[in-house]
Amino acid sequence: MKTETRTSLGVGASAPRPDGALKVAGAFAYASDLWLDGMLWGATLRSPHPSAWIRSIDVGPALALPGVFAVLTHEDVPGAKFYGLEHADQPVLAVDQVRYQGEPVAIVAADHPETARRAAAAVVVEYEVRAAVTDARRAALDPACPLVHPGGNVVRHQPVRAGSAGSGAEVVVTGEYEVGMQDQAFLGPEAGLAVPADDGGVDLYVATQWLHVDRDQIAPCLALPEDKVRLTLAGVGGAFGAREDLSMQIHASMLALRTGRPVKIVYGREESFFGHVHRHPAWMRYEHGATADGRLVYVKAEIVLDGGAYCSSSPAVVGNAASLGVGPYEVENVWIDAYAAYTNNPPCGAMRGFGAVQACYAYESQMDRLAAACGLSPVEIRVRNAVSQGSRLATGQVIDSPAPLAAMLGELAAMPLPGPPAYAPSGSRRQGGSGARARGMIGTREEPDPRRLPGGVGRTTRGEGVRRGVGYGVGIKNICFSEGFDDYSTARVRVELLGGEPHALVHTAAAEVGQGLVAVQAQIARTELGVDRVTVAPADTSVGSAGSSSASRQSYVTGGAVKAACEAVRRRLEALAAADPGLSLGELLDRYGPVEETREYRHRPTVPLDPVTGQGDSHTQLALCVHRAVVDVDVELGLVKVVELAAVQDVGRILNPLALEGQIHGGSAQGLGLALLEEIQMRDGRVLNPSFTDYLIPTILDMPPMRLSILENPDPNAPYGLRGAGEPPTLSSTPAVAAAVRAATGLALPRVPIRPEDIALAHTG
Amino acid sequence: MDARITLRVDGRVRPLALDTRTTLLDALRDHLSVTSPKKGCDHGQCGACTVLLDGRRVVSCLILAVTCDGAEVTTAQGLAQEGEPHPVQRAFLEKDAFQCGFCTPGQVCSAVGMLEEVKAGHPSEVTDDLTGPVTLDDEEIRERLSGNLCRCGAYVNIVAALREEAES
Repeated sequence: MKTETRTSLGVGASAPRPDGALKVAGAFAYASDLWLDGMLWGATLRSPHPSAWIRSIDVGPALALPGVFAVLTHEDVPGAKFYGLEHADQPVLAVDQVRYQGEPVAIVAADHPETARRAAAAVVVEYEVRAAVTDARRAALDPACPLVHPGGNVVRHQPVRAGSAGSGAEVVVTGEYEVGMQDQAFLGPEAGLAVPADDGGVDLYVATQWLHVDRDQIAPCLALPEDKVRLTLAGVGGAFGAREDLSMQIHASMLALRTGRPVKIVYGREESFFGHVHRHPAWMRYEHGATADGRLVYVKAEIVLDGGAYCSSSPAVVGNAASLGVGPYEVENVWIDAYAAYTNNPPCGAMRGFGAVQACYAYESQMDRLAAACGLSPVEIRVRNAVSQGSRLATGQVIDSPAPLAAMLGELAAMPLPGPPAYAPSGSRRQGGSGARARGMIGTREEPDPRRLPGGVGRTTRGEGVRRGVGYGVGIKNICFSEGFDDYSTARVRVELLGGEPHALVHTAAAEVGQGLVAVQAQIARTELGVDRVTVAPADTSVGSAGSSSASRQSYVTGGAVKAACEAVRRRLEALAAADPGLSLGELLDRYGPVEETREYRHRPTVPLDPVTGQGDSHTQLALCVHRAVVDVDVELGLVKVVELAAVQDVGRILNPLALEGQIHGGSAQGLGLALLEEIQMRDGRVLNPSFTDYLIPTILDMPPMRLSILENPDPNAPYGLRGAGEPPTLSSTPAVAAAVRAATGLALPRVPIRPEDIALAHTG
Repeated sequence: MDARITLRVDGRVRPLALDTRTTLLDALRDHLSVTSPKKGCDHGQCGACTVLLDGRRVVSCLILAVTCDGAEVTTAQGLAQEGEPHPVQRAFLEKDAFQCGFCTPGQVCSAVGMLEEVKAGHPSEVTDDLTGPVTLDDEEIRERLSGNLCRCGAYVNIVAALREEAES
């Protein structure tokens, strides 16, 4: 039997996405596209107040509307009334009080979406409004702050203590930094379809990141055993962390079970801003001490993260902020305190980069300050302190696979810079364009073309006040789940004859959220089995858990599970072949029938951080990315144009070059958004900008051309030597862009997103 | 108030009766089960619902269906000819110009409409010569597709896909 055949679309090839043809044709079914005849539409009534007692709820006026089939409150929750990823502190529907604006209070099922919406609005809720706790620093650090939850406002405090604090430094720089509340803003809103089943259970088709953890939270609230809550992944229109927590899952299931009809819930864009967790806003105080030649002696940091009204994944976010709070730098003496606090702001949880993003912005800002204080370049200060394989992190963990940060920085700095800016009186005015062509009347040497400057077609400047800046950013991200979590995935692989040809069926519960995981699973099966024809079955809960499509972990963990299951299948086929030599794979399958194996795959175990010292090997893999940003800034108007982003990332082993580049582009774009555009603006616990008119995500005009260099220094512990790749670029692009704007303006700019007024008012002031 | 209209959607004649307040997007999705245009915002902000209305690209969430009586509506699903993807769709596949794909039907329709505009010589804000033929360079592609958001950030590859399409 031959299994060593190298298939053309195996590991390392730019294999096309199996779902790609459907997606470009508009034929791929996203959760919001699902339809069953006779289905009802669900709608959610949400609290208008960030903090209030509920004195009464009258569902009568809603029930009286024609077309309404059910109106449910917390009294109708069949089982547990609270759920949550790490602590079950979040009510399915508000119980006697609300803790954030947008908290679900009642749900409605009706025969038309507009009827459902109007019925939800007809529910009469009597609130007694309380003062809202909205300052996370006060909630975390002031014992006199009112409590959001009876157990205290601190969700988690994680110290890290290494060496001794504050001795022997010749240069000290301090800074206070702030990161605004970023939204994942996936384009496909929260949606799902719950179908009541004959056995009293429910079948739920939903866009999520982790089917099994959804099921584990849904079933107790419905008072159903796990096997009666069956989930199938519906098409996912982006995730970025926002689908890790439940949204409409329990609500649709309750309405379906109550009415006996299928119930679909789709959030609108405004509701989506209230329907999922956000990236934690952060307030960070840093002090870096170094020798005169720029070698770090100590780092002290206090990091406060606003967890919002419920726990979500805040404890794990704190773990990342603390353990990675120094960045990828060697320093013996570390004193970090990271906190997440409950407030009456929207709940915050997972977003791409997960706790490492906020700290990265602060420590990279500090490295630039240190470079200036020591008279070194931004690249040189980072190279002098860069970790490498064998370095010890602040947690005591030793990096035991390649981490060639200094070389990455060297490569990045050596990349050519984009051409002179459009306003330059000499040289080409075009930046990264496709070639010279006549530009007509506009844009002579004397009068630069305003459309190529910050402000673009708004024609806000003719070059006066425009400055160019270059900045660097470095990030380190843990890959896979950390701190002792039993992190695994499950794969079932079956090889059989279909139409006379060997065919492999790969079945996992892993969520394709756009990252290309379906393609990668098929590639692994092709490589391991030598079978060209591979189908990846729809993800559902009829196979074991795959864990979450988060923490850049699926290629590693589900990839590892698919590889292990394929190897098991291959061993059985080889045994058959040994017993029956001379047969081809097809002949073996014809004689012996299908061969199927299921395997779980776990990465190396990790340990929790010590609660007092923050010591421990808490991460299984660490990944590095470095960015250089080039910006033009109109310092008078505060407008920024990112001219180019360049990145170097070490991914261990490239599984799919095309999909990987897309991940780096996308992560960079979201980091650029955090640097310049994206913030959920809050006032007194209320969201001011829940729309794409007011919450700005990068457009194709905001995203510049990118230069990429992708390194392959394998991690011997990981399948194929790969290193998770989706998140690291999200970390380093933000500080790189911020540093470039600082370089252009000379301003401190200690907060992202950098708003036009932060530049323009400082400039005039 | 209900109205009776007829749309020609992806080549099929589709008569329907609907509330006059129904948008073209809801008419397509909820009345005709044509789900290729996506509802990303319902406010004309994201472009995911872009379709071609008598050949011109529009955000279907900002158009009342009753104003489209007799019109030809082409969605991403209708761009394919005899099972063969449209060249723009093929370029998106080849350059991996999408990730989750939710914005893609709108991106594709917008791109097809945009290429027609370029062919017809319609200038954009970044076109210098307002009288001659338009050269579709990266700057023109960016300017003309700036109404279609992609949160996965596949913009670099979208530009690459359309650059290739423009050159062919």
